[in-house]
Amino acid sequence: MAERETASSVPPKCGPYISSVTSRSMNLVIRGVVLFLIGVFLALVLNLLQIQRNVTLFPPDVIASIFSSAWWVPPCCGTASAVIGLLYPCIDRHLGEPHKFKREWSSVMRCVAVFVGINHASAKVDFDNNIQLSLTLAALSIGLWWTFDRSRSGFGLGVGIAFLATVVTQLLVYNGVYQYTSPDFLYVRSWLPCIFFAGGITMGNIGRQLAMYECKVTAENLIKNEESKNMFLYRKKKTPRF
Amino acid sequence: MTLTEKLRDKISRAFYSHGLFCASYPIPIILFTGFCILACCYPLLKLPLPGTGPVEYTTPVKDYSPPPSDPDREQRDQSEQPDWYVGAPVAYIQQIFVKSTISPWHKNLLAVDVFRAPLSRVFQLVEEIRNHVLRDSSGTKSLEEVCLQVTDLLPGLKKLRNLLPEHGCLLLSPGNFWQNDQERFSADPDIIKTIYQHEPKTLQTSATLKDLLFGVPGKYSGVNLYTRKRMVSYTITLVFQSYHSRYLSSLRARLKLLHPSPNCSLREENLVHVHFKEEIGIAELIPLVTTYIILFAYIYFSTRKIDMVKSKWGLALAAVVTVLSSLLMSVGLCTLFGLTPTLNGGEIFPYLVVVIGLENVLVLTKSVVSTPVDLEVKLRIAQGLSNESWSIMKNMATELGIILIGYFTLVPAIQEFCLFAVVGLVSDFFLQMLFFTTVLSIDIRRMELADLNKRLPPEVCLHPAKPAGRGHRYERQLAMRPSTPHTITLQPSSFRNLRLPKRLRVIYFLARTRLAQRLIMVGTVIWIGILVYTDPAGLRTYLTAQVTEQSPLGEAGLPPMPVPGGVLPAGDPKSTFSIFPPDASKLAENQTLPWESPDIQEPQDHLEGAPHSSLLDIGPGPEVTWGPEDEELWRKLSFRHWPSLFSYYNITLAKKYISLLPVIPVTLYLNPQEVQHQQEAQHYWPLKPSGSGTAQGEDQGQAFEGPSRTQVHGDVTLYKVAALGLASGILLVLLLFCLYRVLCPKNYGQHGASHGRRKRGDLPCDDYGYSPPETEIIPLVLRGHLMDIECLASDGMLLVSCCLVGQIRVWDAQTGDCLTLIPKQGLRRDSGGVFDSQESWEQLSDGGKGSLEELGDNAQLRRLLGPPQPPLFGDQPDLTCLIDTNFSEQPQPPPLEPSQPEPRHRAGCRRPHDPPGYDFSRLVQRVYQEEGLAPIPLPALGPPSPVPSFHGPEDEACSHLEKGSPVPTWTPDTESSVWSLDLQGNLIVAGRSNGRLEVWDAIEGTLRCSNEEVSSGITALVFLNKRIVAARLNGSLDFFSLETRTVLSHLQFRGTPGRGSAPSSPVYSNSDTVVCHLTHTVSCAHQKPITALKAAAGRVVTGSQDHTLRTMVLASGGQDGAICLWDVLTGSRVSHMFAHRGDVTSLTCTTSCIISSGLDDLISIWDRSTGIKLYSIQQDMGCGASLGVISDNLLVTGGQGCVSFWDLNYGDLLQTVYLGKSSEAQPARQILVLDNAAIVCNFGSELSLVYVPSVLEKLD
Repeated sequence: MAERETASSVPPKCGPYISSVTSRSMNLVIRGVVLFLIGVFLALVLNLLQIQRNVTLFPPDVIASIFSSAWWVPPCCGTASAVIGLLYPCIDRHLGEPHKFKREWSSVMRCVAVFVGINHASAKVDFDNNIQLSLTLAALSIGLWWTFDRSRSGFGLGVGIAFLATVVTQLLVYNGVYQYTSPDFLYVRSWLPCIFFAGGITMGNIGRQLAMYECKVTAENLIKNEESKNMFLYRKKKTPRF
Repeated sequence: MTLTEKLRDKISRAFYSHGLFCASYPIPIILFTGFCILACCYPLLKLPLPGTGPVEYTTPVKDYSPPPSDPDREQRDQSEQPDWYVGAPVAYIQQIFVKSTISPWHKNLLAVDVFRAPLSRVFQLVEEIRNHVLRDSSGTKSLEEVCLQVTDLLPGLKKLRNLLPEHGCLLLSPGNFWQNDQERFSADPDIIKTIYQHEPKTLQTSATLKDLLFGVPGKYSGVNLYTRKRMVSYTITLVFQSYHSRYLSSLRARLKLLHPSPNCSLREENLVHVHFKEEIGIAELIPLVTTYIILFAYIYFSTRKIDMVKSKWGLALAAVVTVLSSLLMSVGLCTLFGLTPTLNGGEIFPYLVVVIGLENVLVLTKSVVSTPVDLEVKLRIAQGLSNESWSIMKNMATELGIILIGYFTLVPAIQEFCLFAVVGLVSDFFLQMLFFTTVLSIDIRRMELADLNKRLPPEVCLHPAKPAGRGHRYERQLAMRPSTPHTITLQPSSFRNLRLPKRLRVIYFLARTRLAQRLIMVGTVIWIGILVYTDPAGLRTYLTAQVTEQSPLGEAGLPPMPVPGGVLPAGDPKSTFSIFPPDASKLAENQTLPWESPDIQEPQDHLEGAPHSSLLDIGPGPEVTWGPEDEELWRKLSFRHWPSLFSYYNITLAKKYISLLPVIPVTLYLNPQEVQHQQEAQHYWPLKPSGSGTAQGEDQGQAFEGPSRTQVHGDVTLYKVAALGLASGILLVLLLFCLYRVLCPKNYGQHGASHGRRKRGDLPCDDYGYSPPETEIIPLVLRGHLMDIECLASDGMLLVSCCLVGQIRVWDAQTGDCLTLIPKQGLRRDSGGVFDSQESWEQLSDGGKGSLEELGDNAQLRRLLGPPQPPLFGDQPDLTCLIDTNFSEQPQPPPLEPSQPEPRHRAGCRRPHDPPGYDFSRLVQRVYQEEGLAPIPLPALGPPSPVPSFHGPEDEACSHLEKGSPVPTWTPDTESSVWSLDLQGNLIVAGRSNGRLEVWDAIEGTLRCSNEEVSSGITALVFLNKRIVAARLNGSLDFFSLETRTVLSHLQFRGTPGRGSAPSSPVYSNSDTVVCHLTHTVSCAHQKPITALKAAAGRVVTGSQDHTLRTMVLASGGQDGAICLWDVLTGSRVSHMFAHRGDVTSLTCTTSCIISSGLDDLISIWDRSTGIKLYSIQQDMGCGASLGVISDNLLVTGGQGCVSFWDLNYGDLLQTVYLGKSSEAQPARQILVLDNAAIVCNFGSELSLVYVPSVLEKLD
């Protein structure tokens, strides 16, 4: 929704510069696709991490079980990550406070690694009880936010995403569409919100980093237009006689 | 001072002294650190090698009892038991090894009889075992009670359901192929097919069903039509839940009693425990690989930020080594203090690296590199360290805090992780402070040394007499240089080697020496060697087997040559040695009394008969022998044999162990009679001994059908392996290609503008997103122009600039003084010329001449010699007092003026006393005249104000002068602005928009001559050795020649015949008369305005808007954004490159590359020989054409109030220099590089003269 808004708000501002519009929307599409792919990939990998714990230790065909269990889960995750990754920079822009904290790819990579680590911990580490697991993961997620994001908008958005995603999962599980092997809290795993929160922060981080390229491109376009106009005038001035 | 500040101060001071210390003693410190690392890593030797092969441990059978599940540590350390030898094993495995043969061999036996009869005996044996019951004082124990009861097979294994036991004892034997049913077996027409039907078609490393049931490796089983050994061996595998020694020994004794093995020398005293490592399945591998990929991406993105050092790779390596060895140290330290790592090292390793991070190292590097370069290395290191000390400490404290919080989660795994991380962090800090800092100091020292070495030779060449120093920059060089900067000498292509970037050179070096491959190969060989040697099925056992085989006992392992049956008649079957007839087992009650020790003596009595009887046999069957290699035949099985067997029942052996009991040997000798009655049912081809004749040839084909099929099978496998190898090779090549693309900094050709554009206001950065430390230099600002400066020209000594209003200023390129001002003629006509006093004029000319003459002298001396030159610093406000004094003398000159013999055109002749703000003051002079005579400095308007009242008398003088001066040419329209400029010696050639060509004296500011024959504007000019080439707007080229005459003359220029005679311009001169001839005209060189003109080596290159380049063209840029590369001599187009989205605005060539800039503000660097785009630089808006080449590998570009220095070969941004605060808003429109490493930047209406010593020192 937010993307469509921005996309539709751009053309009148840019006026006749069609090229800039196309490149802008193209950029949006490219970003979306990249985020979608990242989301799908992460979903598959993390799903693999999760099923490692509960499936039989020697599953006859792991790959088949990934794709057969719920084929729609990775695409959903991909879509969600695309939306989140586009939403973060968009909100940044609307709030007028671009995210400047540690804006570099190495930091993004670190963030992703920590996110995978949190998932790993939730899947592999043996906790005494679920409250301990949930608390630990919550602390880790907050730590992730503080280390890599530190923006209030990011926190708010992350909490919102976590809440929304948990509710959606709850509904899905309640209706029997999806199932957990060992639900511990009202049909779902209690640590799910933490994972969703961390995932939201991570995808937002990636999205912001990708958006930096877009900012560069649009700035370049604007500048170029301005400048070609200048150059046009200059040339007119320079060759008056001819 | 608050506590924090105090702390901060202290930390910073401590870091400073530490940095000094590190940089002072680099070698001892590195040695010490290396020793520390090694010492800390020493405990790691105890840890097992990573690998997934099983580990074994042997205990004697006697007094064996399962190890306690919770052993106390001391005891284990004493007994050297492995860590995993805790608790009961998953299972005890008892293999009953059956070797069976038909003895004696009868000639009319069929090939299939070799294994048919022996296999048939398995059913009896299994029965015997199943029914074996131990009866002793404590009651009875049957197999069902002690064996491992298994449940369902995994649901995915439906096809094995009939073959593997379910819901009962796990007992495996070849009989399982026929569901342990003798009837089925005898009804089976093709045993081989039954056995092989479940063999996998593809290559598989894990155990096959045949191996599982036979319990021996396939080639040992002897179930094969082509066997010559005629001996079949298989095992019956029993799996026990618990260890019941008496039951086992009774079973052993009974089987030995029933089927005694003669000459059996198996030692049956050891129990082997095999521990299996954790299995890494694909499900675990994918996340693992993902985390590693993320880790590598992180390392890559981090280390590429290292810049401005001697060796990027070296420092990146040092950074990685720091982190890795800190991790190793942490593991080693933890092991030393008794904590054994229980986590999977490979899994948590990436997370540990990410947690520890490379950030501190990078911050440290950046901080050190950005310290002033002229400091000593020690001080630079110390300063860089102390600058970042606070942030490093803060970060470390934060991370420690977070990890400590993690420690209190009280989850063992997380606690262990945190412990490792804490120790790793601390050791990482230690290494950073000692190891990395020292490496950094060495690197920076090397860089400075390299700089010194590289800078020395050119200095020696240029100034042999001068002491090496920076003084040479201030010396004037010859204004006339023998070679023009545009001369391009094309070397023979063999000499033309592009200086490769360091990355590429490293890669080439690796490729040339094949260092990586060799290292990897050596490593792999060592690794494989270790694995092969230690592997249970590996070399060690093989070697022992070899050794024992050489002993005479093992000789019997070789089967005797089959003797043709036809030669020797079959022996009497009755005489065949057979201990028990086939139905003897039925006689036995399947019960044994508990024997404490099985009586082996009795079977050994029978043994003696065996060789005897075989001697009697005329066609001897193979003798069954038991060697030491049979003792542990299971070692030859795939090491996944047991795990896969148990995995079928969903029992994991990962991180657990099983115990293998000593095998029970069973020998079966079958007599041919028994065999023959079985054979009647089927018609089988008789076995043809290989040595016999050609009889029964037609059967032969059938007989070898089986083996040939297996051969075909083997062939298919071979092809598959080959295909697989090929595919993986291709994959590897692709992977390497991708890796190369990642590593290769320059993506040739496709580098779009979308990537490198930097945001306005952002720090400038290169393609890698790295922005080097920017510095700020206060440039020498040359102010004075009112409007934007349009053209710039320089010959190294003098700098000529012209603004839009047509005002030409001549500057001293060294000091930035405004030497001469040539005002715009239109204005001049209004306001009049400015005439100075004769004294001042003489002074000026003295100064000017002096400056030309004293080429070799140093600057200070020159300044001393030129006393009137202090006001050269015209842009300094305090000089207004000098102007004041001048002004007071003003009344004197006017009388002198008219008395001058010739009215000279000293239109622009301004003393340097008159500050550059003159023009401006003229514009507003009316106002000033009204206000008064006081000199009013106008700081707000930039240049200090000249003396406004100065003009009062001058106006009169001028008007007076103009009346008397016959200047017919000075009636052009006011719009005639200067479009092009060139400078040589002290002559300035200016091309105006109205087509006038003017030659000015740079020092005196006098118009030497002018030519106005053609009214088309001059767009480009080249001034070369008394020749002037002017390119005009209408596309024509005019060639002028200058002549110098000492006599006063009045010359009429001939016009070109085609154009008719234009009004000639008389030239007046007092001493030297410069005459400008139009020698010839190329009237239609181009159809459109000529935009670019270059002359070199007697040739002229022009570029025009009509996309054509006439005459001799080297490289040309057109309006369509394409660049053409032309051969100068032949005129053919060498290459054509599509470069820019807009027009190509300028082109520069160096010996190796072409630099083009376009309207799209993109500077592209092309390889000259191949025409490949190396990379491109995105410029700030309006700075598209502002570029200059300082040396062959240093490029200067302009930006918003700054200039950036790029390494041409690498495309790396070296440094960005901000030119003061004032010019921040202005983009540098033009850049002109002078010889003496000064750079002139055109910031709108003002020029900046920049000396960049620091950058030049960084040059390599």
